[in-house]
Amino acid sequence: MRQIFGRPASLTDVPMHYCPGCTHGIIHRLVAEVMDELGIREKTIGIASVGCSVFAYEYFNCDMQQASHGRAPAVATGIKRVWPDRVVFTYQGDGDLASIGAGEIVHAAARGENITVIFVNNAVYGMTGGQMAPTTLLGQKTTTTPLGREARRNGMPVRVVELLSQLDGPAYLARVSVHNPKMVNTAKRAIRAAFQAQLDGRGFSLVEVLSTCPTNWGLTPVEALKWLEDNMIPYYPLGEVRTPSSASRQAGVPAAASTATAPTPAAFGATGTAPATRGKEGE
Amino acid sequence: MPERVLMKGNEAVGEAAIQAGCRYFFGYPITPQNEVPEYMARRLPEVGGVYLQAESEVAAINMVYGAAGAGVRVMTSSSSPGISLMQEGISYICGAELPCVIVNMVRGGPGLGSIQPAQSDYFQATKGGGHGDYRLIVLAPSSLQEIFDLMGLAFPLAEKYRNPVMILGDGVLGQMMEPVVLPDEPAQAPPPPPWATTGCQGRRPNVINSLYIEADACEAHNRRLQAKYDEIARKEVRYEALNTSDAEVVLVAYGSVARVCHSAMELARAEGIKVGLFRPITLWPFPSQALAQIAAGTGETGVAGASGTAGAPGRGDSPGPAFLTVEMSAGGQMVEDVRLAVNGLRPVHFYGRSGGVVPTPHEVLEQIRALRKAVAA
Ligand SMILES: Cc1ncc(C[n+]2csc(CCOP(=O)(O)OP(=O)(O)O)c2C)c(N)n1
Ligand code: SF4
Ligand SMILES: [Mg+2]
Repeated sequence: MRQIFGRPASLTDVPMHYCPGCTHGIIHRLVAEVMDELGIREKTIGIASVGCSVFAYEYFNCDMQQASHGRAPAVATGIKRVWPDRVVFTYQGDGDLASIGAGEIVHAAARGENITVIFVNNAVYGMTGGQMAPTTLLGQKTTTTPLGREARRNGMPVRVVELLSQLDGPAYLARVSVHNPKMVNTAKRAIRAAFQAQLDGRGFSLVEVLSTCPTNWGLTPVEALKWLEDNMIPYYPLGEVRTPSSASRQAGVPAAASTATAPTPAAFGATGTAPATRGKEGE
Repeated sequence: MPERVLMKGNEAVGEAAIQAGCRYFFGYPITPQNEVPEYMARRLPEVGGVYLQAESEVAAINMVYGAAGAGVRVMTSSSSPGISLMQEGISYICGAELPCVIVNMVRGGPGLGSIQPAQSDYFQATKGGGHGDYRLIVLAPSSLQEIFDLMGLAFPLAEKYRNPVMILGDGVLGQMMEPVVLPDEPAQAPPPPPWATTGCQGRRPNVINSLYIEADACEAHNRRLQAKYDEIARKEVRYEALNTSDAEVVLVAYGSVARVCHSAMELARAEGIKVGLFRPITLWPFPSQALAQIAAGTGETGVAGASGTAGAPGRGDSPGPAFLTVEMSAGGQMVEDVRLAVNGLRPVHFYGRSGGVVPTPHEVLEQIRALRKAVAA
């Protein structure tokens, strides 16, 4: 009998601690499948960040380092500069990457550091109990925005992929989602493209994955998937914003001026090609 | 013939690190240590190493974490405000037990302070500095030659104990020029240790981590760390004791201030005042026992490395000396360790200049004279 669904070799058999319906687990699996398919498990070094995915070092079956909050891109840089022929990736939440670690991610991207970043955007601080994240949508209630995020008080949510697309350093930038099986397949393709960019020495690659946090959103797993689709995707459009070919850049050579214009995400799927300027209010 | 070269202190730090087999440097500019990264930016590529200017000291220390975890000799260098920014990262490095070398060319504080020399980061360096129960091995060179000696020691020590070593200098040391004798043979970095994240080909995956989520596990980890620190405290004490056996006053000073005190000692001796000098070389572990012996009148004179004792015998029955701790610090920091070591047996006095002001030998001599007068009165 042929086994068609099993644990990827790049995942350990340690049971994951994620809440029911949390999509962190799916994203781990996608990364692991890509590592298997590319045959890179034994030359990959992953970096776990601080957030719900902090135990990623127990789940990925490759060498791992655990980084302080927000600094995973700096840790990855240290490793990659020592072992340029190994594959180095970080796995970071939105609080980790877009708030406390905003400096490190921008500069790793600007340097075109040849690493891959898996950026899990669940619009909230999951681990610490549901506080506002830099990616929390306008109107979204969190424990620190009890009446909903308000632009004047809390500022606007940060679109990381678009922000980084202003830099010449990145070789690959995409935003994907995992709220249905089709999107999961697309997400895997993007993750694979990101690792491939690194293997090809093209420079910095990042995949933003829209993810659910049913626990802190106060929703059932199914409701959470629907909430993501209805609320996050309009504000965070899906698609590839930079690919090694669109960047028309050689490894280490700055991109042409044309790539520095405002990005229009190239759609993977049908959803979310039109970027909205506001998330839904009043959630 | 060993090669003698005239160098600036900060360049000596860089060259000494390269001679010690260090090939990776991550840092961020700050006065008065800019010649360290500048030297490394020039020299490291020549020897096949990597220099990278980080976006901040926070990033720099985390790059050091990554590279140390990847199994190579790596260092960073900064000055006081930058070292403050690194504290979280240093705590993680200690928690994850990674070897590396951190240089602090201390400047005046608090806040933006001044860019001139100071010793006001002693507490931060020797008492932990960041969060959690941890220690750095802290080495305090007082000459450019000693920068070479201690840098040569720093990497093997860091690796032996899987613990960061801090070289605590100051602006005087960084900016001064002196001839140095280069080591006969540059040291070779060892191959990556078995715990390093090099890719798991042919073995089980390695994890670099400081998280122990269960309280019991975290306490067990802390117990292990404490046992390691105890071993370091037993085995790695280093100091220099000069003219302490007949001294009525023993100056206690480290780094560049020890040189000032050396001159003050000579001026005093020329006047017939019996002055000695005790210079801790390891600030942590602090040479408490040696000081206690001097206070008790049983101490010995000379240079003691790695917890040995050296030099002339003690003073026999005559009482121990009074102590005068001299630091570039407003309120005194090391003086607290001197008091703990002397434990009330003999008086411990303090003289400090701060904010970037360097005390002169004559100033120190004045203090010695005043002290003597007070004792006589
Ligand atoms: C320096 C520091 N500040 C704050 C924290 C507390 N903290 C732990 S996880 C976290 C937020 C993580 O949120 P995110 O990155 O979005 O990950 P998620 O849990 O949502 O996956 C915070 C603030 C910390 N560990 N370290
Ligand atoms: S708190 Fe949220 S992000 Fe964290 S594991 Fe639970 S559902 Fe997932
Ligand atoms: Mg989050």
